[in-house]
Amino acid sequence: MRIHVTVNGAERDLEVAPNTTLLDFLRDDLRLTGSKECCDLGECGACTVLVDGRSVNSCLMLAVEADASEVTTIEGLAKDGRLNPLQDAFLAKGAVQCGFCIPGQVMAGQYLLQRNPHPTLAEVREGLSGNLCRCGGYVQICEAVLAASEVGR
Amino acid sequence: MQPFAYVRPATLSEALTLLDEHGPDASLLAGGTDLVVALRNRTLRPKVVIDLKRVAELRPSISDEEGWTTINATSVLTDISEDQRIRARYPALVDAAVTVGSAQIRNRATLTGNICHASPAADTAPALLVYGAIANVASVRGTSRVNLAEFFVGPRQTVLQPGELVTSIALPADATPRGATFVRITRRRGVDLATISLCCMVEATGRTQFAFGAVGPRPFLVADESGLLADLDVGDAAKDEVLRRLLTQASPISDVRGSREYREAMLLVMSRRALRLSIARLAAA
Ligand code: FES
Ligand code: FES
Repeated sequence: MRIHVTVNGAERDLEVAPNTTLLDFLRDDLRLTGSKECCDLGECGACTVLVDGRSVNSCLMLAVEADASEVTTIEGLAKDGRLNPLQDAFLAKGAVQCGFCIPGQVMAGQYLLQRNPHPTLAEVREGLSGNLCRCGGYVQICEAVLAASEVGR
Repeated sequence: MQPFAYVRPATLSEALTLLDEHGPDASLLAGGTDLVVALRNRTLRPKVVIDLKRVAELRPSISDEEGWTTINATSVLTDISEDQRIRARYPALVDAAVTVGSAQIRNRATLTGNICHASPAADTAPALLVYGAIANVASVRGTSRVNLAEFFVGPRQTVLQPGELVTSIALPADATPRGATFVRITRRRGVDLATISLCCMVEATGRTQFAFGAVGPRPFLVADESGLLADLDVGDAAKDEVLRRLLTQASPISDVRGSREYREAMLLVMSRRALRLSIARLAAA
């Protein structure tokens, strides 16, 4: 089936098989490999992207469902070669260890800050509860989201 | 995932005709958070997936008509938990909706899908049961309304017949003042199924209802009509006796989330807790 999607601001018109997840479409067809494939069950959040402004697990969505939607992946956050404030905060707080979960963590954090620009620690933990970090860097990850929310103050 | 055809009807009659034509070869897609997992695990092997998200009549909406609050089939849990009317009228449903999965899951998962998937542990089922919700059902043959208390048959089984789908879930407006609370036990917060879940509702008349999830083959509803549970002057021992009687209908099993004995013990603890919170919510109402 032919779908029309806007990915990180660029319009794409592509043929995709119905049994392709949005995650596989992004990674294999568009070569946007920032979103990670891990559990493929909606449990880890490594594949988190924004679809029409809302965070979703792209492993739980068919690519055909994204027809006529706007998708933002981790690759879409930097502008003019500069990281966005949340990405900067992840670096500043040392929140990145192996890095595998980080694109998903950042996208989940991005969504949280869009909805709630000044969250409490409890709200950050709740907002990121769908994202697992095997390296266990949750303290720094939460600190990074809180630090980015301070930038906006 | 094995190959399947994907169709995206624009109207309800188109969707129902497709469902009628393809019968057991078709799977319905609303939020996809259960379906896509089943497709990948090959526990479902449909020839056709019917996406309901662009059906005009099923578009996300929460509306008020003739004493009912109606939640359309493709409304996602985020829409429901953020709706001011739902928050004011059905707080226990909000308690339940915000515990489902994660923010990412709640942005896709629908209330109707949660109910039609009919997991014994469906988080939203106990709240819908105590609020007396109904499912509006449609097929090419016509429409019907099913009381949610009669909707669940067993694990992953509902009364829906081939060719039928749920177009919306409707909750009756509150007739008498009431307080309701949803509580649950999970191993970890976020993306876990309930070990036990329950919802309690205390009405100003003294009638008290409990609905339970994950402690039997299907979510179920029980009531105490005596007024004893809601009575502030009745002691804990007497209330426990009534609660134990209500809980005889639970038949929990042992699994990875907990043993039968643990579930049985915690049912009483959580029932007491939900009762206290519901009485407090009624007093505040
Ligand atoms: S890969 Fe999608 S949630 Fe884990
Ligand atoms: S940084 Fe390694 S999994 Fe999170």
